[in-house]
Amino acid sequence: MIPLSSYLILGAILFSISIVGIFLNRKNVIIVLMAIELMLLAVNLNFIAFSYFLQDIAGQVFVFFILTVAAAEAAIGLAILVVLFRNIHSINVDDLDQLKG
Amino acid sequence: MDFEKAAFYFFSAILILAALRVITARNPVHAALSLVLAFFTAAALWLLLEAEFLAIALVLVYVGAVMVLFLFVVMMLDINLDRLREGYWDYLLPALVVAGVMMMEMAVILGGRYFNLSEMPKPAGADPDYSNTRALGRILYTEYVYAFEIAAVILLVAIVAAIALTLRKRKDHKYQSPSKQVSTRRSDRVRMVSMPAEKRDPGEAS
Amino acid sequence: MNMMSVYLVAALAPLAGAIVAGFFGRQIGRAGAHWVTIIGVAVSMIASAIVFRDVMQGNLFNGTVYTWAASAGIQLEIGFLIDQLSATMMLVVTSVSLMVHIYTIGYMNDDPGYQRFFSYISLFTFSMMMLVMSNNFLQLFFGWEAVGLVSYLLIGFWYTRPTAIYANLKAFMVNRVGDFGFILGIALVFVYFGSLDYAEVFALAPDKVGDQVGSAIGVQWPLLTAICICLFVGAMGKSAQFPLHVWLPDSMEGPTPISALIHAATMVTAGIFMVARMSPLYEFSETALSLVLIVGAITAFFMGLLGIVQTDIKRVVAYSTLSQLGYMTVALGASAYSAAIFHLMTHAFFKALLFLAAGSVIIGMHHDQDMRNMGGLRHRMPITWLVSLVGSLALIGFPFFAGFYSKDSIIEAVHLSQTPGAGLAWIAVTAGVFVTALYTFRMYFLVFEGKPRYETHAASGAAHGDDAHGHHGPLNPHESPGVVWWPLVALAIPSVIIGAIAIGPLLHGGFFGDSIKVFAERDVVAALGEHFHGWLAMGLHGFVTLPFWLAIAGVALAWYLYLHRPDLPAKVQQALRPLYTLLDQKYYMDRFNDWFFAGGARSLGRGLWRYGDVNIIDGVLVNGSARLVGWFAGVARKFQSGFVYHYAFTMIIGVFVLLTWWFLRI
Repeated sequence: MIPLSSYLILGAILFSISIVGIFLNRKNVIIVLMAIELMLLAVNLNFIAFSYFLQDIAGQVFVFFILTVAAAEAAIGLAILVVLFRNIHSINVDDLDQLKG
Repeated sequence: MDFEKAAFYFFSAILILAALRVITARNPVHAALSLVLAFFTAAALWLLLEAEFLAIALVLVYVGAVMVLFLFVVMMLDINLDRLREGYWDYLLPALVVAGVMMMEMAVILGGRYFNLSEMPKPAGADPDYSNTRALGRILYTEYVYAFEIAAVILLVAIVAAIALTLRKRKDHKYQSPSKQVSTRRSDRVRMVSMPAEKRDPGEAS
Repeated sequence: MNMMSVYLVAALAPLAGAIVAGFFGRQIGRAGAHWVTIIGVAVSMIASAIVFRDVMQGNLFNGTVYTWAASAGIQLEIGFLIDQLSATMMLVVTSVSLMVHIYTIGYMNDDPGYQRFFSYISLFTFSMMMLVMSNNFLQLFFGWEAVGLVSYLLIGFWYTRPTAIYANLKAFMVNRVGDFGFILGIALVFVYFGSLDYAEVFALAPDKVGDQVGSAIGVQWPLLTAICICLFVGAMGKSAQFPLHVWLPDSMEGPTPISALIHAATMVTAGIFMVARMSPLYEFSETALSLVLIVGAITAFFMGLLGIVQTDIKRVVAYSTLSQLGYMTVALGASAYSAAIFHLMTHAFFKALLFLAAGSVIIGMHHDQDMRNMGGLRHRMPITWLVSLVGSLALIGFPFFAGFYSKDSIIEAVHLSQTPGAGLAWIAVTAGVFVTALYTFRMYFLVFEGKPRYETHAASGAAHGDDAHGHHGPLNPHESPGVVWWPLVALAIPSVIIGAIAIGPLLHGGFFGDSIKVFAERDVVAALGEHFHGWLAMGLHGFVTLPFWLAIAGVALAWYLYLHRPDLPAKVQQALRPLYTLLDQKYYMDRFNDWFFAGGARSLGRGLWRYGDVNIIDGVLVNGSARLVGWFAGVARKFQSGFVYHYAFTMIIGVFVLLTWWFLRI
């Protein structure tokens, strides 16, 4: 018997791990993007858990759309990364400070 | 310890370990592969939550497409790993503080009595006839059809954007540019030259 | 005939002349300019004479000519009050102005600003006429300011001279100080009487006797005293009473004709006229009358003393004017208003005469004004000599001449007056007779008698004064042209006879009627009238009075010092060096004003500029706000580091804060 709270705490743990990941991998853009995917996964887990325990399918619909948008965003993000790499031959964030104020 | 519990803890452990591996792996290919593992175990957990369609969708779409894309990009780019790992562990303490406090807060809220979790018991399992896909489809094409269409448009935009960003034209590619055609000026193309008329010698053959 | 049109012609004819000469001067030429203005003033003089005769027959006029504005219970209008007082003034102003206009043809002959000068003196005549013909305070103020303005323009007529510019600015500013008091007085009248019209104000005055008006420091003043003192401050400025007299000697920078017209005969008498006109108000305030007495007495005596040490011929006459204005003021303070106006009239003639004669001497000396270079001009310029002698005798109050009648009337009136300060004033004016005689005949002996000093002076090669003729040979003074000496003669005649003719009717014949009001207990002129037995008797009696002996003593001393023993003055000056320096420095008043007021204003300006403008406004407000924005932007830009992970951190921390906040709220 797994209570809802277990799933939710699991989602929280995943979320925090991804935050730590962003803090640590600040210089590597690809790993940051992966950490963001982890964040989205945590959120999806939350939604699915609630959908199951509240017996409301709307949660799953929401996850459906999150998946869609996440895929689109990953695609575009990586496209930008590729174009960026073509120009500066590095994915080090330290080199990306041209919008500095 | 029944099967469900064991499955849950097993898959959760792998999920967490995989997540940790994602963020700490030195080689980005390792990180991408760990992420694939994380998605797989998450899909298993979703199966436990009777969200079959989404679990499979996660594997097919997310792992099958998005993660493959990630791997493509990771392998395509020639990354200088040494520079990227400079000062790696500098921000660990603030990270742990922020993330730790956040997690603790979430745990307190989500696990505690504030959430009325007693009101949400584990429901009885669904019938064997229950088709998650059908249920999703039914609601998706009726109540949420508008959002569905917009999601489709978003995907279209993403495709177009990705192509537009990364398309490189061949250097010897010939094409017409209507805007250039319209904006030409007579003075660029025609030059009037004044020349005296030439008389042809009548004896010469034309 | 329609008297209103006569009044209007009298006021406006000089204005028409001024406008034509001023704007079309170049088109009509020099002769055109002087003809149009002289005709304008002559017409005005004839009109004034007609008005005078009409008033003598008893036709007075008080009415509105034009309502300029009516708002919130106050009428602002142009109106005429034609009574004995204003008719007298009109006649005096226009006749002296006409003489000066004719004289100017000769005096300003070579000046490039010829038409401009005529335009200005005509404009002045118009302003003075509006002042004296006015029936309300607003028009009085208009005329007051207008004559001040024209005086400024004329003192600085030769505007390329720095001394002239300094002088005209000084005149205007000192006048402004007086005008400040004047405006306060008019404002008090307006606020407490609710009207600016003379007739209404005078009618309401008896009801306001006990009223008080509070000042900023909480002290209560009787209303009428406050009004009279404030108005008198204006008169002090305009009529150059101590301490606002400092502008008059400097005003000699202007051409001599205007010194005669404005600073002897007419503008400076505006203050005297105004106090006489306001006699219904002044009679209610003994305090104000005392103040007038004392100020006049101080001016009469101490300014006369300054005349003794002057070397410039015009300055002597200027200080003489100041002293005689003091006499008139003393008469006003003693409530002998008619005597003051009488002296105003006689003084206008003989002082204008003396000024114009001095101008004639200056022409003859090729614009050298230093008396030490003159001498013996009696034989070279006989007409000028004769009229100067006449003017001088009139000035010192020699019996039978015009000045005698008016001056002695004043001295007797002050003697009889019971107003506080009258005793002091009597001593001042009596001693002033001696001083007047001394400086007048000092001037006379230095200029006309004795050995000519200009020959030795020229031989020693010293530079001349402003030499308009460009002569560089030895000076050869000769009589001035007819245009110059005809007005002198025309002015000399009244200087002799007008006193005898006018004293009877003016002082003791009730000429002024209701235009001047005196309370019975203060009516010293009436008291004098009891001893008046006609001009002949008064003239003969004059030979045995104290003032006459003092005058003779003064003449004798002048003869002794400047003719008999010309070496003595230098020795006396040496012996009395401190006294001489005090007089030479004009009691240090100019130095004080320059240091205190002018210097103070400059320091205040500089201080405000440095601290207020540069430091506070520029530094703190303008530059400071810019610097603040710049500093803030410098801090804010650190957020835009350009690094994506910084932005990601910001987002995460934002979420964290939100979460914590919600967490704590539960």
